[in-house]
Amino acid sequence: MTDANTERFALRLKGISKTFGGLQALDDVDFEVRAGEVHCLAGENGSGKSTLIKIITGVYQPQKAELFELFGEAVRSISPTGARNRGVSVIWQDLALFSHMSVRENICFDDMVGLTPKGVHYGEMDRKARAVLERLGVPLELDIPLEALSIARRQIVAIARALMNDARLIFMDEPTASLSRSETDHLLDIVRKLSADGVAVVFVSHRLAEVLEIASRVTVLRDGRLVGVYDCADMTQVRLGELMTGQLIENKVVARDRVDAPKVMEVRGLSRAGEFENVSFDLHAGEVLGLIGLIGAGRTELAHVLMGMRAPTAGDMRVEGRPFRPSSIRDAIRQGLAYVSEDRLSLGLLQKQPIEDNTVISVLHKLLTRLPLLSMRKRDALVRSWVDKLGVKIGRPSDLISTLSGGNQQKIVLAKWLATEPKLLILDSPTVGVDIGARAGIFRIVRSLADSGLAILLISDEATEVMFNSDRILHMAEGQIVAEYDPRKMTVPELEERVYA
Amino acid sequence: MKTSLGTIRSGLGTDTSSLIALLIVVVLGFSIASPQFMTAANLGSMGFQMPLLGLLTLAMLAPIISGGFNLAVTYTANMSGLTLAWVLLQFGGKDAGVGALVLGCLAAIAVGMLAGAIIGFVVAYVGAHPILVSLAMMIFLRGLGEFLTRGGDISGVPDYMRVLGHETLIGIPVPLLLFGAVAIVWHILLRRTQHGFSVTMTGSNQMAAEYSGLHTKRTLVLLYTLSGLLCAIAGILMLARFNSVRVGHGEALLLVTVLACFLGGVDPFGGYGRVVPVVVSLVILQILSSGLNLIGANQHMATAVWGLFLIAVMVLRSEQVKMVLGFFKKS
Repeated sequence: MTDANTERFALRLKGISKTFGGLQALDDVDFEVRAGEVHCLAGENGSGKSTLIKIITGVYQPQKAELFELFGEAVRSISPTGARNRGVSVIWQDLALFSHMSVRENICFDDMVGLTPKGVHYGEMDRKARAVLERLGVPLELDIPLEALSIARRQIVAIARALMNDARLIFMDEPTASLSRSETDHLLDIVRKLSADGVAVVFVSHRLAEVLEIASRVTVLRDGRLVGVYDCADMTQVRLGELMTGQLIENKVVARDRVDAPKVMEVRGLSRAGEFENVSFDLHAGEVLGLIGLIGAGRTELAHVLMGMRAPTAGDMRVEGRPFRPSSIRDAIRQGLAYVSEDRLSLGLLQKQPIEDNTVISVLHKLLTRLPLLSMRKRDALVRSWVDKLGVKIGRPSDLISTLSGGNQQKIVLAKWLATEPKLLILDSPTVGVDIGARAGIFRIVRSLADSGLAILLISDEATEVMFNSDRILHMAEGQIVAEYDPRKMTVPELEERVYA
Repeated sequence: MKTSLGTIRSGLGTDTSSLIALLIVVVLGFSIASPQFMTAANLGSMGFQMPLLGLLTLAMLAPIISGGFNLAVTYTANMSGLTLAWVLLQFGGKDAGVGALVLGCLAAIAVGMLAGAIIGFVVAYVGAHPILVSLAMMIFLRGLGEFLTRGGDISGVPDYMRVLGHETLIGIPVPLLLFGAVAIVWHILLRRTQHGFSVTMTGSNQMAAEYSGLHTKRTLVLLYTLSGLLCAIAGILMLARFNSVRVGHGEALLLVTVLACFLGGVDPFGGYGRVVPVVVSLVILQILSSGLNLIGANQHMATAVWGLFLIAVMVLRSEQVKMVLGFFKKS
């Protein structure tokens, strides 16, 4: 037991070390969470955040632990079930729910399973599920299948499930990665409510702004070591980014006037019924045009029409002055467009395939010999040249793409599209799941591409991203372009105010 | 030198070395168990038996790599064989000339490709599951074939068709030569052409392949059509080997083709598969069957051993077993 006059801790760890094979995943790390505190665990991919959580929840055993206390009790060794019984829950990014089962069954899941068959009391389940949802202040219908809910709602279900197990320490892994701004706000409200109830919440997040908004303290890890524990009140985004990456991430407006350069694309009155309306803009050679808007504003739908995946219901498009009406993605690619999808995991890359095949997939015709067979020599040369040009860190080109970090995967996506020698590159939320350090690398590439004359449409819902990387900014809301901004005459808070308000 | 070795290795696929080890084990085992195993007569008879199963297996391989199935392979082969037999009958059956044979083969191939194209079209453009579509095609072809033949044999083929089914060329059975040639073409098609690349990518993740600019629907239609083409070749070979066609011939081979594909390391969920390890698996299955026969085991026993063999290979390939083996290797 801890002294009566020290603060109560949900969790105290000292001197935790863990190696995998020869790799030191955690090296002498300390980590403390106070009871009822909202704490942030920050660090880039590979910094040891997940390993630390897995040790706390009994998935891994540490090689060395000087101190391991949960709610004031020493822990000798812990299993995943043991951790749950002690009140520790993790909500992983994929939520680990059952999409075909009802909300009720998902919330009460742990009551329903077991090796010994005991009766399932639906009335009892109803009562408990209702009570826990009431506690969260979110009335959800219990009968509908989980898959009918939005991601944000599913997250509520995951939190409810954790509370059913009397969780007093909840880890949330990237909980806001696929939420819109208002959904994020709602989630943060719930987190505050939990905290007020005495439930400690540990946030694992890439998004620094919301981390600083919600957490009282932040623990920063880098390369498996503890960098430090800081009060969020005295922390800035820039400083936190620096602590996480070990390098100063400069954020400065780089906008230049490109409106005199030749127009690569002209869009006039473009509409698609029910998705967006009367969208008009010009995009010039060498220009990065930011398109900011919330999820659901019609950004991605617009990109899909530009790429020929869906037909517009009205309006005109021109590419280099010629009428442009792509009949398919292939047609759009042939006419010089390229599209980095927002969904890298399932649409941007083929996760089960090697790096090399992912790189050349859109330019197979360039690999043909006279026979016409694919030349492996040409493939290897092409892959090598792009990997070098973009500075992608890979093992062997024949390794699976899934072995790469998010940032390096995204560079391969860029390589794949740049190999098609496009005139216009559409980047749809290009830094989802990409570390801050790697983001800077990707935007350096984007900037140099623009300098070489490529026209770039940068779609994002992050104000900082658009602000510091675009030459002009279009603001899209509810399917319409509502304003155009000059990043040089604007600040990030002003932009956030207009977009998120 | 290093790159050509790498090319060979990637052509073989990762599972080939373990399969070749297995092949050596079964060859040595049966050589010791039976003095007749390594005789020309036995090797020859294996060389005549395997190609039929082999062709059907290759016809199954491409659909599986694309994330689908073609359950209609055997009945497509039957229907193609039936077409050839019918054309030959029109030109006098046993007395039909070479011209009639060529015409009949072309018709057989057209029928096979048509059956495959219909499956491919429905899979690609209707979006129905390949198992259901090819099952429907299989049942349709069986019913149609039984209706046309009234359940009987169609026989009476010219004597020179013996060459294809029963003769050897420079000591190698002609069917085996045919199979070898087809396997090489198939390997090149799947590994070194735009179509083969698209098949693998479509099987891996059709949406992502489509987003990357591949014409995945056309790819599906083409690959099922080519699968039908291979079935037709198998049907022609069947007629040459048995001198007759009967709807239902070779029905038992259907699931063995699936077995051979999985034994050859093909990903049952699509996106990965190589011709070479599948061919090695076919050889192993043939040796098991012939070898057991030689040492006097019942024919049905061979089938049972095939099943056990596949289970054993799955266990050996599982991550857990690999980890344990890796642990012993280290210590």
